[in-house]
Amino acid sequence: MILIGERINAGFKDVKEAILSKNGDVIKEWAVKQTAAKADYLDVAIGTASNKPEDLCWMIEMVQSACDTPISIDINKPVLLKEAIKICKKPPLVNSTTAIEEKMNEILPIVAEHNASVIGLVMDEEGSPKTVDKRIENGGKLLAKAMDLGISPDRLFLDPILMPVKFMQDQAKVVMQAVSQFTLFSDPPCHIVCGLSNSRNGAVHKKIITRVLVAMLIAHGLDAVILDVCDEELVDTILTAEMLMNRTIYADSYLEAFKK
Amino acid sequence: MQLPDVKEKWPHRINAVTIGATRAEGGTRARTVTVGGQTTMPFMTFEGEIPNKPVIAGYVADVAPDWLDALKNAIGKEINSPVEWAQKCVTNFGADMISLKLLGADPSGANISPTDCAKTVAALLKAVDVPLIIWGCGDEEKDNLVLQECSQAARGENCLIGSAKEKNYRTIVAICKADKHKIISEAPVDINIGKQVNILLQDSGFDLNDVVMFQTTAALGYGLDYVYTILERARQTGLKGDKLMAMPQLCDVGGETWRVKEALADEDVLPGWGSLDKRGPLWEAACAAAYLQAGADILVMAHPEAIATVRSTIGRLFQ
Repeated sequence: MILIGERINAGFKDVKEAILSKNGDVIKEWAVKQTAAKADYLDVAIGTASNKPEDLCWMIEMVQSACDTPISIDINKPVLLKEAIKICKKPPLVNSTTAIEEKMNEILPIVAEHNASVIGLVMDEEGSPKTVDKRIENGGKLLAKAMDLGISPDRLFLDPILMPVKFMQDQAKVVMQAVSQFTLFSDPPCHIVCGLSNSRNGAVHKKIITRVLVAMLIAHGLDAVILDVCDEELVDTILTAEMLMNRTIYADSYLEAFKK
Repeated sequence: MQLPDVKEKWPHRINAVTIGATRAEGGTRARTVTVGGQTTMPFMTFEGEIPNKPVIAGYVADVAPDWLDALKNAIGKEINSPVEWAQKCVTNFGADMISLKLLGADPSGANISPTDCAKTVAALLKAVDVPLIIWGCGDEEKDNLVLQECSQAARGENCLIGSAKEKNYRTIVAICKADKHKIISEAPVDINIGKQVNILLQDSGFDLNDVVMFQTTAALGYGLDYVYTILERARQTGLKGDKLMAMPQLCDVGGETWRVKEALADEDVLPGWGSLDKRGPLWEAACAAAYLQAGADILVMAHPEAIATVRSTIGRLFQ
């Protein structure tokens, strides 16, 4: 499972304040903490805190001064992406493009040029799809475009887009069906990623919803996840789901061993 | 659109483990043996690197095993002296290293003392200059004492010591850490226990880069398929990035083959099976060749003809 730590995001108050006051310690702390929790990528999102490339680059530099975990650059603006991707010490994950032709043409050539990986959201001009078929159609567009540009399927992370269960209860099942279909797209397959936090918006029992949902998604083929990697029980749920799917080998201490 | 490249790409590498130490490295070996280090499945050289070929360790025991006469004769009278047997393995049979089993330490057998076992180890190290694998007799309580003395006698020689099991790993870890030897982690044809033993070794502070895995071994016809699939799955898992399974693997082919009726019973018992003189070594060689395909890096072998056959198989598969 590829774990993408979500915490260095200006959507969180402490991170936003850190960006505005250029207090690198907060960012470094989260970089170290999430790395210790075994994140494979650290998502770095500047959000609305700033639109200056140098601010995003500063965040990445803070992270890279604290750990050597690869960066997930959470931006869809090509101007910022171009600057940020240059300073990444390891091939980053670009988060993200949509399946809109214009967006793909902006983002994917930058990804290809820097040997990066990319998250492809299965959205198009009409917004987030409601059906399995539309998700597959957009996923197919993303894969074809990526391969045209020489981005191999294993560098593409398709995101079927989870919806808040409280408001669109029918969508979780639809997303799972789409995930199953994505696994058949190519060999080697592309990765399939979900951001978990969106699904529980507004709900009261957030924790249990997230845990059960991620386990069900893994059963359908999910192999990457954007999450609070410091949530130990959530990570244990993921490790256990992967083990139950026979993707990893059981040992009595499989949970403890992961944390070593 | 270009056709996609369908070669398997494995993201990780199996650990390279070096056994033996030259004078410059604090030992007295003329050469060391390195196994592992590959980035692909066995012999798939077009998909990745295989920097080290599988090796053959000559089976030697401190007392002559209770083996078939045909096998004893093939080895020669040297079988009665571990030192001479080891020398013959190296000079005549072409073994890359020696695997010494201290069978005589068995309390229900010759019950040789730990001190005398250590003397055998010392004598062997003087007599041959290849790296050494040292095993106890299988009695855990006795082995803890035997291996401790043998480990000290071989200090600095960077031997491979067997074996650490789920219930009995602490002493071996302590011995190998103190005297700087490598460890064989053993599991009874069980991939889950295999992984657990490695976790335990890691937890006790032993570097997993110094471990060789041993899933015991089944002779051809006696569960080879179980062991085969475990070796194969362990190797695939290691190549995919599970660091707890990314070790080289060992098979005791000689020790197992010469216990099964297909390698022991002549035509009077097994009519139509062909002459035992040919069949015995062939059984051992076929078993070893299968394990090579599964992902074995060290094969412990006994019969000189079987050793010669498998050496040539390894050579041809790497041509």
